[in-house]
Amino acid sequence: MLSKRIIPCLDVRNGKLTKGVKFEGNVDIGDPVETAKRYYEEGADEIVFYDITASHEGRGIMLKVVEAVASQIFIPFSVGGGISTVADMRDVLLAGAEKISVNSAAVKTPHIITEGAEAFGSQCIVVGMDVLRVPASEAIPSGYEIVIHGGRKHMGIDALWWAREVERLGAGELCVNSIDADGTKDGYELTLTRLIADSVRIPVIASGGAGNPQHMVDAVTEGRASAALIASIVHYGEYTVTDLKNYMADKGVKVRRIW
Amino acid sequence: MLAILDYKAGNLTSVKRALDYLSIPCTITADAQVIAGCEGLIFPGVGAAGSAMAYLGRSGLKEIMAHEIAAGKPLLGICLGCQILLEYSPENDTTTLGLIPGRCDIFTPDLTEEDGSPINIPHMGWNTVTLRKECPLFDGISTESEFYFVHSYYPNPAPEYVIGTTYYGREFCSVHGRDGLWSAQFHPEKSGRPGLKMLSNFYAYCREAANAQ
Repeated sequence: MLSKRIIPCLDVRNGKLTKGVKFEGNVDIGDPVETAKRYYEEGADEIVFYDITASHEGRGIMLKVVEAVASQIFIPFSVGGGISTVADMRDVLLAGAEKISVNSAAVKTPHIITEGAEAFGSQCIVVGMDVLRVPASEAIPSGYEIVIHGGRKHMGIDALWWAREVERLGAGELCVNSIDADGTKDGYELTLTRLIADSVRIPVIASGGAGNPQHMVDAVTEGRASAALIASIVHYGEYTVTDLKNYMADKGVKVRRIW
Repeated sequence: MLAILDYKAGNLTSVKRALDYLSIPCTITADAQVIAGCEGLIFPGVGAAGSAMAYLGRSGLKEIMAHEIAAGKPLLGICLGCQILLEYSPENDTTTLGLIPGRCDIFTPDLTEEDGSPINIPHMGWNTVTLRKECPLFDGISTESEFYFVHSYYPNPAPEYVIGTTYYGREFCSVHGRDGLWSAQFHPEKSGRPGLKMLSNFYAYCREAANAQ
């Protein structure tokens, strides 16, 4: 039986690990390569790097980070942030990443999903979706809307429709990030996670809101996610990845215990 | 020296990075002479069976591989490499290398996990391998170790070639082959320490085989 995956997510800006506070201001909190290595040693099943550098120079720095990670860490990792063309995808994959995560580019130019899947295989293409709870309407029947720019821009797209569409376009995996839950530490948005996970056949990663190990158990049981994305819960030493996996295993969740 | 066979399918560099990390000499190549001088071959691959077979034929690698294997050179197939060593893949309706008897099949959406939930396709993530017979590749690796899989098709070789099995909606063969000609459906180069150990074991076998000749 497949294990549920625990995936630390590292925000990287100008080659430094950083932590944003609700998209306002960022503080550098360390070296992404060393941090990734630590999570690898602690039993992370996968790692996500999210490049929040906007500039062209920043992209070059990010590729150096990817190369350094790939030569020291032998689990899959993905890179997202600012990827908007097949050429961007190729750069990141050649630098050593297994997967590319596209978010706002997928919303603005959905054909990039299909182009990426055709060029590199569906397994490489993760679509990240930022979702906000809204009153259900004719345009947004599920009551969950796709947003971009950290929730500042509403796209008028129903999240459930979008999840199915993204699967049809060739995505290999979906990362469902709840803007409502993000940063709250109150737990994942389980209704949303389950709604999406039950509606597609590709794996769903739950994102946003992890504050304690039980939240992760909930994400992969009640929420039916294949994986749980985590960030601050491990970045500040509150828990190690090993602690989280031990807790999940104690609760009967199948997780990878030997690495 | 190990030759990582270059057939333009998927991420060859991740195998090279893992071998570099282990200080195992290796080269990515499709050159017959270079391959002949190596102690073992790694046949990796991410991608589709149809285009991979077309390239193998066009580049001459198909003949080179058949020749080297007939001469007893050890080979380790990975992922797509594991699948196309068999005779047939329904992916692009492709006749494959036929170096191991059997075929590939696809996971069907009606399959369910052991807890009753419908399986996701592809099979993506970490899973265990149950050894059905001894295999030196797994020396020193705990039976509870997990390996990283990403695939929608699975190998279905003749029963005598099944070495290890994995459960995902059904039991399937995740390691197949015979002495010196092994394949894994998972990615040892992305499977943490147990995967790295497997690559070291393969290299050790290749060195011994070369010294014995």
